[in-house]
Amino acid sequence: MAAIFRPSANLAAKFFLLGMGGLLAGGVFWWWVYPRTDYARGVGWVIDQPVPFSHEHHVAGLGIDCRFCHTSVEVSANAGMPPTYTCMTCHSQIWTNAALLAPVRDSLAHDAPIAWKVVNDLPNYVYFNHSIHIAKGVGCESCHGSVDRMALTFKAASLTMQFCLNCHRNPGPNLRPRAAIYDTEWRRGPDTPSPDALMKQYGIVNRDLTDCSICHR
Amino acid sequence: MIRVGALLLLAIALAACDDMTTQPKKNAYADASVGPGKVPAGTVAFQERPVAPPPVSLALIERGQERFRIYCTPCHSELGDGNGMVVQRGFPAPPSYHIDRLRQAPPGHFYDVITNGHGAMYSFAQRVAPADRWAIIAYIRALQRSQDASAADLTPAEKAALQ
Repeated sequence: MAAIFRPSANLAAKFFLLGMGGLLAGGVFWWWVYPRTDYARGVGWVIDQPVPFSHEHHVAGLGIDCRFCHTSVEVSANAGMPPTYTCMTCHSQIWTNAALLAPVRDSLAHDAPIAWKVVNDLPNYVYFNHSIHIAKGVGCESCHGSVDRMALTFKAASLTMQFCLNCHRNPGPNLRPRAAIYDTEWRRGPDTPSPDALMKQYGIVNRDLTDCSICHR
Repeated sequence: MIRVGALLLLAIALAACDDMTTQPKKNAYADASVGPGKVPAGTVAFQERPVAPPPVSLALIERGQERFRIYCTPCHSELGDGNGMVVQRGFPAPPSYHIDRLRQAPPGHFYDVITNGHGAMYSFAQRVAPADRWAIIAYIRALQRSQDASAADLTPAEKAALQ
């Protein structure tokens, strides 16, 4: 009886199996591993902005509070980007001829907003609200990183659903006393109230924080 | 027939495939060319309706202290002497709160300055809501008192507590 497969079929079968394995590994990498990397999420990458604004200088150097510019963070879903008027509060008098600030002066002169690029962007199906996080003791730094050390602003956390859920499943360890919410240097110390005590203080009932409709509605 | 039906089902199923990350929704900051709104003539902006001065309480002064430290200290400094960090970097110095003219100025003067600006100081009407302006004024009064009190102002009980 003649053989059904020729000897070269052995080689073809090996290549086929290797190819299938390769495709599987490649697929897992492309659709599952790669989108979860910091590289794909843009963590730590500075985005070109119209003006090279330095949070390091304004926050660490001058001691200006976050809310001086991001005025609506306590009362609104959006933290609020400052209008040019806010920049000009000081820069109408200081660095009035700096070339770096030309776009700010143009913006004021032509009544056209500065087109800042979004650094921390969330998908449209996520309804994130700044004010509730501030009201319940989550510090800016927990998501935005040490903004006071950013000479140019970049995204500090992956902001994946996993990242959100890590905290929503067990918020206690990420809460801080009210006085430390805007403090980027704050760390949990021996005299910090325990996570459970903070949960109680802020009235967080850890029951529905992982409901789908908390973030997707 | 079955084959056609299966193809039709497949077409319908695939038609539902979409990139769920692109769902148009109203997002105030999605379009950077949309700036903060202008207030039409003859109207007042949200939170701009004047409120009557609230009664002075510890909570009001504490709220004022918090707001003062956010919006005022860069120039006026925590002490209110007008030598804040931004002044140290070249901004024209505002007057100290601890001069007779400002000790005697009515609260309405401070309210007016916060609302409309004064000299080199821009208006803070967009940043400080009317109720918070009164809170800041209450705190400024406390600051002024802190630099202008003498031992004779203390009650005997307070003196005893200090000794």
